This record gives sequence, C-alpha cells and structure tokens, in this order.
Amino acid sequence: MRTLFALCAAAVTAFPSILSAETMPRDVMFSDHGEVAESLTGVPGNPEEGFKTATTKSLGNCVACHVANGWKDLPFPGNIGPDLTGVAHRYDEAHLRGILVNSKKTFHETVMPAFYNVDDIIRPGDRYTGKPAKSLDVTILTAQQIEDILALLMTFNEDH
Amino acid sequence: MTTRAKKTAVLAAVMTVGFGGAAMAEPDLDAKLVINDELEMTTIVEPAPYLDGALDQVISGWHFRDAATRAMEMDDFENPAMNFVEDGLAAWDAVDGTEGKSCASCHGAIEEGMRGVRAVMPKYNEEAGDLWSLEEYINDCRVNRMGAEAWNWDKTPMKVMTAAIGVQSRGMPVNVAIDGPARPYWEQGKEMFYARTGLLQMSCASCHEENYGNYIRADHLSQGHLNGFPTLRLKKGSLVSTHNRLFGCVRDTRAESYPKGSAELKALELYVASRGNGLSVETPAVRP
Ligand code: HEC
Ligand code: HEC
Ligand code: HEC
Repeated sequence: MRTLFALCAAAVTAFPSILSAETMPRDVMFSDHGEVAESLTGVPGNPEEGFKTATTKSLGNCVACHVANGWKDLPFPGNIGPDLTGVAHRYDEAHLRGILVNSKKTFHETVMPAFYNVDDIIRPGDRYTGKPAKSLDVTILTAQQIEDILALLMTFNEDH
Repeated sequence: MTTRAKKTAVLAAVMTVGFGGAAMAEPDLDAKLVINDELEMTTIVEPAPYLDGALDQVISGWHFRDAATRAMEMDDFENPAMNFVEDGLAAWDAVDGTEGKSCASCHGAIEEGMRGVRAVMPKYNEEAGDLWSLEEYINDCRVNRMGAEAWNWDKTPMKVMTAAIGVQSRGMPVNVAIDGPARPYWEQGKEMFYARTGLLQMSCASCHEENYGNYIRADHLSQGHLNGFPTLRLKKGSLVSTHNRLFGCVRDTRAESYPKGSAELKALELYVASRGNGLSVETPAVRP
C-alpha cells in the first residue's frame, strides 16, 4: 500500500502536464502581437492566489517594478514599469496572458522578465543562490500561477 | 534627452499620481560631496568616449542615497567605515608570516606607499601576464614576500586592508587603463555587462544604464560604479567587497554567478571601473 502510494506521488510530479492538460512553455502559441488566447491550464485563475504570487519576492515580484492600486497598501512599489492600475482596460485577456508568459513578444527587448519561458536563458541559476540551476525546465512561475495573476489583472479596472 | 531619460521623466510624472511622489526624489545632482570640510570630490563627470553615449553623465552612487546616508560619508567621525580603516592601518604595521615582515617593512608609510594605487585597479600585471585586482597584489605580497597565508577576498582582514589602501587614493580620479594588454579583459567585461543573464534575463545595463534613478521596490538604482569600494553597508554594519557586490548583482538575475576572485569577475570589475573613470575614489563609501 505504501509503495503504491509513493509511486502515484512520483507520477504526479513527473507528468503534471498529462494529468492537468497543462501547456508546456515551448508549446505556448503566440499571435503576431504577443497574445496567448488559450488558457495554459484550463483551470480558471484565482485572483487571491494571484495577488500573493504577484507580491511575493521569490515569485512574480511584480511590485518590484510596478505601482498598482490593486496593491496600494504595500510599501515601496518600484517604478521600472508603468502603473498597472486600469490595465484590464488597456489590454484584453489574451494579451495580458501573453505579456505574463513572455512580455518580450509584446515589448521588444523589455526588461520585464518572461515568467513562463525556458528559452534563451544565459547561465541559468538555482533561485537566488548564485549556484547553477538544478533543472533547465524551471520557469519563474507555474502555468497556474500565470492564470492566477491574469485573474488578478482582469480585476484591475479603472480605479483598481 | 536619451530614451532612458525620457522614460524616466514620463515615469516620474506617473509616479506623482500613483504614489504621491514623496519618496520618489530623483537623485539630488546639486548636492556637493566635500569630505571633512576640505576634500572636494568629483561626483559627476562627462562620460568617456568608449561609453558610446550610453550615459548622459557619469554619476557617483553617492547622489542616489538619501540625505542622511550622504551626510555620513562627508565626515570621517560619522562614517562607520572608518573604524574598519583603523583596523586595516593596524594590520599594515603588524608583522605576520615566516619572514617576520609587515607591509610597512617594505612599503613604508601607507600614506606614501599606497597613494594612488586603488585608483588604477584592477590593472594588467606584466610579470604575471594577467589582470590583477588589488586583492591579488595584497595576497601576492603576503604569500610570496611575507610567508603568510593568503586572505579570503570576502573576509574581514582583506576588506579592512583594501579599505585602508583605498582611502589613500580618496579624492583622486579613478583611472583604470583599458588599452594595451588590458584590452581583451575590458572587452570581456563589456560583453558581460550587456549579457542578459539568468531566469530574469536582465543585464547590468537593464538596471544601471536603462533604469538608474528609478526604483526597484525600495532600492534607488544608481549607475553601478565601483569608486566607493569597499563600501559600508549600514544594514549589515560591515564592509562589502567589490566582488561580493558583483557576485550578488549577477546572482540577483537568478543566474549562476561567478566565483569571487574569478577571471570573469575581474574582467567585469575592469569594465565597470572604466565606466566610472574620472569620478573621485570615495573609498570607503556609505550605503544603506
Ligand atoms: C524588472 C521589472 C519588471 C517586473 C519584475 C515586472 N514588470 Fe511588467 N513591465 C515592466 C516594464 C519596463 C514594462 C513596460 C514595457 C516596456 O518595456 O516597454 C512592463 C509592462 C507591463 C504590462 C503592460 C502595462 C501597460 O500599461 O502597457 C503589464 C500588464 C505588466 N508589465 C505586468 C506585470 C506583472 C503582472 C508582473 C509580475 C508577474 C510584472 N509585470 C513584472 C517591468 C517589469
Ligand atoms: C618583502 C617586501 C614586501 C612586503 C612585506 C609587502 N610587499 Fe607589497 N610589494 C612589494 C614589492 C616588491 C611589490 C612590487 C613593486 C611594485 O611593482 O611596485 C609590491 C607590490 C604591492 C602592491 C601593488 C602596488 C602597485 O602599485 O602595483 C600592493 C597593493 C602591495 N604590495 C600591498 C602590500 C600589502 C598590503 C602588504 C602587507 C600585507 C605588502 N604589500 C607587503 C614588496 C612587499
Ligand atoms: C535587477 C537589477 C540589477 C541588476 C540586473 C544589476 N544590479 Fe547592480 N545593483 C542593484 C541594486 C538595487 C543596487 C543597490 C543600489 C544601487 O546602487 O543601484 C546595485 C548596486 C550595484 C553596485 C554598487 C554601486 C554603489 O555605488 O554602491 C555595483 C558596482 C553594481 N550594482 C554593479 C552591477 C553589475 C556589474 C551588474 C551586472 C552583472 C549589475 N549590477 C546588475 C540592482 C541591479
């Protein structure tokens, strides 16, 4: 029984894409303008989870570079990128997903990181240790975390 | 205006709406750095031609710090790093190793023997046939001339010594050589400066050239010069070595960084130092 359980657990870690029908980073389809129409997971995003991911340093860390009314209570948001307040009015869902997956498809050479991408990484490292990456398949965010932040951004209307 | 400057202006306007603008003072470029009321420092210079217009002005990191931090650097009694300099001065006179010698045995008074040394480091060492940082010269003397152990580049004995040697060049212009045998190292360092490393795919230029004056979270980005190193980090109460800072900035792009003392970081050190040629040596500068 124990062995069976352990095997199942291993299978889940090894093949998450098969079990959840998740799109792998290299399989994401972009339009010419950098939009990604299809959900990466088929599971609707959760804006509360999205808020946590967007404001956690080791995850999205969007707050390092963006001001937004959506996180106006957090101290010292950065100003490398534009204010995200009202961003759901400026872009549709497909475009926001594309910007999150790989903003470089929308903004050529932008300093904004590509959050769901494994290509063109020079000297990939293991988190913030300075050591070599343990796996080359690591993305900054998971597919579901992208969908969660997307759900959060979709609430960023005029005043939010 | 450069694209970056335009972007900054636009962002500044955005910020005034978004965050009241209060905490977002641009660097105070009118402030003057005079140390102990007598030593006038050059903190803004015209960029060297080899920067190809990448910067409008070369600005010392001092301008990007808040007024209280800036003030600490203006008075040696207020500058906490001067305690470490004292330790370095004591070590200069201390006998160490099997040869029974101190640094002073050969170099004499540090004020004379080491004046101007920091301003030209790193530099090509003819005899070794390689680019050497200040730390390498120090360890060479310790190991080969004193019979003493090499110091770790990132540990206190080395940091206090580089601070004590550095302060002997305070006020002199940074003047690293980039031509002749130093050229290939400089080219390597330049390539590293513009390489977008790590999972974040950011280069030194992403932060210190395109975004200086902006904030990344609470950090006010400077142009990333080395003229104040080793610097005192107030948060840690200790000195930060040149290679510690460079290692950390590469690491923070979620990249595999380069070991402190490695050939790569020395090349990067040379290139970064050359961007600040003309600024006064400020060792030991104070940082938050
Ligand atoms: C290192 C800084 C940085 C980080 C971190 C960052 N961004 Fe950005 N972002 C930018 C910049 C710069 C732009 C402007 C695009 C350009 O370069 O022209 C931008 C643009 C955007 C835009 C388009 C906004 C508009 O009005 O055009 C959105 C949406 C966005 N970012 C969302 C995010 C989210 C969500 C996160 C966190 C998951 C994030 N960004 C993290 C720097 C950053
Ligand atoms: C036995 C004599 C001797 C001792 C002891 C000694 N040095 Fe040296 N040092 C030299 C000589 C010789 C040179 C190379 C001469 C030159 O190129 O200027 C040198 C070069 C240097 C340089 C490079 C200077 C330059 O302008 O290139 C530094 C820095 C230095 N020593 C620091 C130290 C320190 C710090 C100590 C003590 C830990 C020390 N030395 C102990 C003899 C000594
Ligand atoms: C993600 C942004 C970022 C990147 C990329 C980055 N740095 Fe930094 N760096 C910082 C921050 C933040 C500081 C502390 C505030 C300041 O001085 O800018 C800093 C400080 C420095 C300093 C100290 C400046 C001083 O006056 O105390 C140097 C030197 C430096 N960086 C060099 C580099 C080099 C070289 C690279 C490329 C390998 C690099 N940085 C990449 C964010 C970055």
